[in-house]
Amino acid sequence: MNERESPVLEETVVMNADAMVEVLHRMAQEIIVDNPDIDAVALLGILKRGRPLADRLAKLIHGMTGKMPRVGSLATTLYRDDLRSGVAKVKPALGNTYFDFRIDNITVVLVDDVLAAGRTIRAAMDELMDYGRPQRIQLACLIDRGGRQLPIQPDYLGWSVSVGPQDHVSVRLAETDGQDVVLLEKKSAAPREEEKS
Amino acid sequence: MGNATPVTWTRKDLIGIEELSREEIELVLDTAPQFAAVSVRDSGIKKVPLLQGRLVVNWFYEPSTRTRTSFELAAKRLSADTLSITASTSSLVKGETLHDTLANIEAMHSDVVVIRHPCAGAPLILARRHRSHIINAGDGRHEHPTQALLDALTMRDHIRKLRNEPDAGLDGLRVAIIGDISHSRVARSNIWCLRKLGARVVLCGPATLMPPRVGQMGVDVTTDLREAISDADIIYALRIQLERQKSCLFPSLREYIRVFRIDQESIKAAPERALIMHPGPINRDIELAASLADGPRSVILEQVTNGVAVRMAIMHLLVNSGVGT
Repeated sequence: MNERESPVLEETVVMNADAMVEVLHRMAQEIIVDNPDIDAVALLGILKRGRPLADRLAKLIHGMTGKMPRVGSLATTLYRDDLRSGVAKVKPALGNTYFDFRIDNITVVLVDDVLAAGRTIRAAMDELMDYGRPQRIQLACLIDRGGRQLPIQPDYLGWSVSVGPQDHVSVRLAETDGQDVVLLEKKSAAPREEEKS
Repeated sequence: MGNATPVTWTRKDLIGIEELSREEIELVLDTAPQFAAVSVRDSGIKKVPLLQGRLVVNWFYEPSTRTRTSFELAAKRLSADTLSITASTSSLVKGETLHDTLANIEAMHSDVVVIRHPCAGAPLILARRHRSHIINAGDGRHEHPTQALLDALTMRDHIRKLRNEPDAGLDGLRVAIIGDISHSRVARSNIWCLRKLGARVVLCGPATLMPPRVGQMGVDVTTDLREAISDADIIYALRIQLERQKSCLFPSLREYIRVFRIDQESIKAAPERALIMHPGPINRDIELAASLADGPRSVILEQVTNGVAVRMAIMHLLVNSGVGT
C-alpha cells in the first residue's frame, strides 16, 4: 500500500538464491534437531509467501529424515487486529486457511517470510487456537527485520537485517514471484507509515 | 483475486445492488469464501473475532425465517452481540415512527441494523439519517441485495466446479428466472446483479406478473417456459406469492401449474447441465416439483449455506472498512 507510493532510493540484495538454499537447509536441520519425531510436527505457512517456504522446508526435512511433515496454510486475515481497529483497509484475501489434519497435541511450526511487528504471528496463534490445542507452537522466519511491537521471537531464523522504519524488505520466491531473492528497498524519509509484520 | 488494483469497500450501508459496481460485487464474492470456511471447521471453534463487542440488530417488519436466522447466525459467527426486533413486539404497533425506533436502538449503541420492511425505500431513508450501518434485508418490491449476492456466489461456485476453472466468473452464463417477476424484490436484485456480472437473463411468467418496460433492464422476456429454459445454465424459480392470489393476477393456481411449473415434464426442454435454484420458501409442487427441489440438480440448500458466508462478508466489509465511523 503505502510502501509502493514512496519511491525506492536504493535497492540492495540482502539474500540471493544460493544463500536462500543454504539458509533454508540450516533451518530444516534445526527443526529436526529440536523435533526428533517428525510425525508429530506440522508446518503451517502464513499466506502468501510462508506457504512455499513451508513446502520447501518440508521437502528438505523429508530429504534428511525420510519423513514428510504435514503442511498447511494459514490466512490470518480474519484475526488481524488492524482490521478490527480500522487501522488497515479490508483487502481481498490472499487465500484461505487450509489444512486437512488435527493440530491437537502436535508441534506446529508457523512459517513466514518476514518478521517485523509480530502482529501477524499473534493473529496466526489466535487462529490456530480456534482449531485446537497444539502441544507447542514454534516460529520459523526467513528474515527478521526488527521493529517488534509484541513479545514474539523466532525459534528458527534465516537472517536478521537491521533496517530503518521507512525501508522495505521484499522477499521474492520462485513460486510466487518467479525468482528467489531478498531485497532491501531504501525509501525516502517519508512520514511514518504502517508497518507490515 | 488481487491482481488488478484491489477495490476497497467505501459504503456505509448496503441498500441495493443497483448502485453497486461490478468490482464491488466481486469484492463481496471474493471475500465470502474465507467465511464459508469458518462454518465448516469440523474441529475447533466456528467463529472469528472480527465483530467482537459489536451490536447487530435484526429488525424485521415482515415474516422471515431464512433471512433472519441467516443474518443472526452470520453476526454470531463474527462474534457480535445480536438483538432481534419484530413488528409485533416493537413499539411500532403503538405508533412510534421508524426514525424514533431507530434513534432508540442507536441510543443503545448499535453498530449494524438489518432491516426488512414492506415499504420500498425504508432502509435508504434510515441510512441517510442514522449512524448505524444499515443492511437492507428486503424492502417492498424494491431489492433484496444479500439474496442476489448469495445467489451469484452459488452460481459462481458451480460454474467453477463444472468447468474446472478456479477463476471463472458469470460472463455469458444463461439464467432463466421463472414466476412472479413484478412482485419480486429477489428478481429485481438478481437481474441487476447478474447483468452487472455479464450473465444473460431471460424472464418468464404470466404477462400479468411481468412488470412493464422490464426489457429496459437488459433482459429477454417470454411467456413460453420451454423457450426460456431451452439453453439455460440456471433455472431460477420464484415463489408464487399465494397471498396475492386474491388480486386475480392469474386465472387459477391450476392454470399457473400447467403453464409455468418446473417439473419432470417441462424440464425436458432444458439442457442436462441446468441447475435449479429457488430463494425459498418453496411452495412444493406449485412453482417447482418436489422431486426436482430435492433432486441432484437442485442447489437450493447450498444457497442457504452461502447466505451465511455472504452476510458475514457484508457485515465485515461495512463495519471494518472504516467508513461512516
